[in-house]
Amino acid sequence: MSTAVQAQPAPAMATAAGRRASLRHALHAEWTKLRTVSGPAWLLLGLAALTIAVSTAAVGATHCPQNLTCPVDTTKLSLTGIQFGQAVVAILAVLTVSNEYSSGMMRVTLAAMPRRQAVLAAKAILLAALVLVAGAVAVLGSVLAGHLILPGHGFTAARGFHPVWLSYGPTLRAASGSVLYLGLIALMSLGVAVIVRDSAVSIGVVLALLYLFPIILSFIGNEHWQHRLERWTPTVAGLTIQDTTGLRSLVITPWAGLGVLAIWATAAMLAGGLVFRFRDV
Amino acid sequence: MTTQAISVPRPEAGSGDGPRGRGFGSVLRAEWIKFRSVRGWVIGMILAALLTIFLGAFAAANANIGCQINGGPPKSGKACLPYIPHGPGGEIVTDSFYFVRQPLTGTGTITAEVTSLTGEHANLSSGPAQVGSSMVPGLAEWAKAGIIIKQSTHQGSAYAAMMVTGSHGVRMQHNFTGDTAGMPGAISAAHPRWLRLTRSGDTITGYDSANGTHWTQVDTVQLTGLPSTVQAGMFATSPGYTVTQNSFGGTSNNGGPAQATGVFDHVSLAGRAPGSTWTGTAIGGGGPAEGGPGPGGGGSVPFTRNGGSYTLTGSGDIAPVTPGPNSPLPTVTIGQSLAGAFLGLIAIVVVAAMFFSTEYRRGLIRTTLAATPRRGAVLAAKAVVIGAVALVTGLVAAVISIGVGVPKEENSGQVLLTAPLLTEVRVIVGTAAMLAVAAVFAVALGAILRRSAAAITIAVVTVVMPFLLTALNVVPAGVGDWLLRLTPAAALAIEQSIPRYSQVTAVTSPVRGYYPLSPYAGFAVLCLWAAAALALALVMLRRRDA
Repeated sequence: MSTAVQAQPAPAMATAAGRRASLRHALHAEWTKLRTVSGPAWLLLGLAALTIAVSTAAVGATHCPQNLTCPVDTTKLSLTGIQFGQAVVAILAVLTVSNEYSSGMMRVTLAAMPRRQAVLAAKAILLAALVLVAGAVAVLGSVLAGHLILPGHGFTAARGFHPVWLSYGPTLRAASGSVLYLGLIALMSLGVAVIVRDSAVSIGVVLALLYLFPIILSFIGNEHWQHRLERWTPTVAGLTIQDTTGLRSLVITPWAGLGVLAIWATAAMLAGGLVFRFRDV
Repeated sequence: MTTQAISVPRPEAGSGDGPRGRGFGSVLRAEWIKFRSVRGWVIGMILAALLTIFLGAFAAANANIGCQINGGPPKSGKACLPYIPHGPGGEIVTDSFYFVRQPLTGTGTITAEVTSLTGEHANLSSGPAQVGSSMVPGLAEWAKAGIIIKQSTHQGSAYAAMMVTGSHGVRMQHNFTGDTAGMPGAISAAHPRWLRLTRSGDTITGYDSANGTHWTQVDTVQLTGLPSTVQAGMFATSPGYTVTQNSFGGTSNNGGPAQATGVFDHVSLAGRAPGSTWTGTAIGGGGPAEGGPGPGGGGSVPFTRNGGSYTLTGSGDIAPVTPGPNSPLPTVTIGQSLAGAFLGLIAIVVVAAMFFSTEYRRGLIRTTLAATPRRGAVLAAKAVVIGAVALVTGLVAAVISIGVGVPKEENSGQVLLTAPLLTEVRVIVGTAAMLAVAAVFAVALGAILRRSAAAITIAVVTVVMPFLLTALNVVPAGVGDWLLRLTPAAALAIEQSIPRYSQVTAVTSPVRGYYPLSPYAGFAVLCLWAAAALALALVMLRRRDA
């Protein structure tokens, strides 16, 4: 009883300090939830392993014969695995929310943390941080694979190929941008999952967002629509951050492309935040 | 309480109508009721169909082709298309070549020695060909010159021909799709090729020889309905010269007009009408390629005679039209109207995976398995129900997609490459069947993983990603081909409607509707994956507690 009375003043002092405190508590709670089940750890490991494996396979399968010119973007090639890694990120992001809904845990969470914005913010911050860390490992491993393997396959500096390494400006931009890309994919997926709640439907929507646009693009012959879609789809525009050659022929500059994905992620998170705030659990 | 619990199973187990005997039918019915009573799943299936149709129609809203013919008013769409010849088999063909001919009535034989085959093509060394740019020497792979017996001078009429080619040796071809290899090797003045065609009724036999004395039969073909009087003679033609570079990050296609020049010697036509002479005709505008000044370009003479030696220059091709950038026409295949199936697939896979994994989440699986202890029957019933629902959904969506998409494509000025009716049925039913088997695959994954998200991701990524990686040239062509042979995505081959003609240089990418496996073999690969997943699911279901 006395605890209830003591708890009363908390909303009253809805000051900046109070918000910070509740965010800190929410972060602590979310961190506990994440680290005490094995799923997220395995998914993060899977993200790094799958990305590096696919990148290494792509790099290993590409050769540039002596007498041919190879219009290959070696940096982009080394980062091929991101195409698969993003699916793992999507699963992780969707499950952080939808698992709570399916198990009914969300009711407990929101009873303990009535400040819903803080709960969502904590989830987003933790998820993004974890994905950025695992993504950095994945990207570094991929770049290392390209750095070690490609020169032996004919992509040498003597033939005009820049070494795939972080000391080369565009590669550094592509690598760091790819890490950010994964983080933004995580936030976009999280936003979708908050809106949809059900894990199956959320993952379907996210996978459609990730993979469907490139397929539609490959079938569309109308250049006007193709151009428009390439500029505004989350993955096609976002992955221009990986391009280091032929930048003039890109439909959108790399950072602007990543910006498009950031708009998608922001929109999904804002919509998710609003729905989360005003909907019954 | 206890007596009830014991007495309930006993009569069922005892009689022939027990859980075993009660039959698969009632399990099936139970699963069907589960499916149709969940509103979300039914809506999901309807959504799958609608999305497929919408996306197919959107993809069909393709380039609207515009043109201006001879300074006339600008036109667009269908009005831009030239006359499109159809071959005897009904397929759309290119039939343009330079033809030096005489009428031939009844039985006869035409013989000629080809001493040279040379060519020129647009200069592609500095990027795409420009109008009026100079021509450089070089032979297209399928440049051809030889002798031909053709029903008439109409484009698309039946024919049989013996020819030397740019880099495929001697060939005997007939009616656009038939192609038989003869002597291999390149041709030169020192190594000429002798060609012969013998006609008897509607049977034509082709022979080749290195010296004009020892002849080898290459093939014999029937041209049904060949009239008594046909046109026989020499021809030369060359499809456009293309340089295709398949690489990571994109396919680059550079193409330009090309022409072929054949020199013929020792020409004889036995059985010709008395008094007739050789007449030169450009069939379908198949004279020398238009080009600027340069060696052979521009002002080429299509036909010269020097004593017993004839020199012919022509351009075009005598071959079926295939999809892709090398095609002389803007073409589409019916598979392209089914692009929306990818979206439908995602929706169907979501529902299918949930069909099993939701039972675990809600604990319904315990009730289900208490009612039907034979776990295999539950799995089979679920697979049958979801497979049947997906099949019907896919069929409706595919039929409407094509009904909406194809007229749209044709109105925008594209040429639909028609296929035999049975092939088109196979493409449509096959697309629906592919969705059905993918749904079964997803159900099995749902049973194995007990998690919707993972099951859906695996099912979608394994079907969609290989196509995407290959279509966008993210992986090298060789790797892409293996992905489309081994992964569940191999099933997309069921949508291939245009055969791979060896006698046409085509860009055979999956976006153009070409797959590395034959349609049914590709479909079988997905079936194997689904069967393997079902088997694993059965083992897991039996071993694990619910």
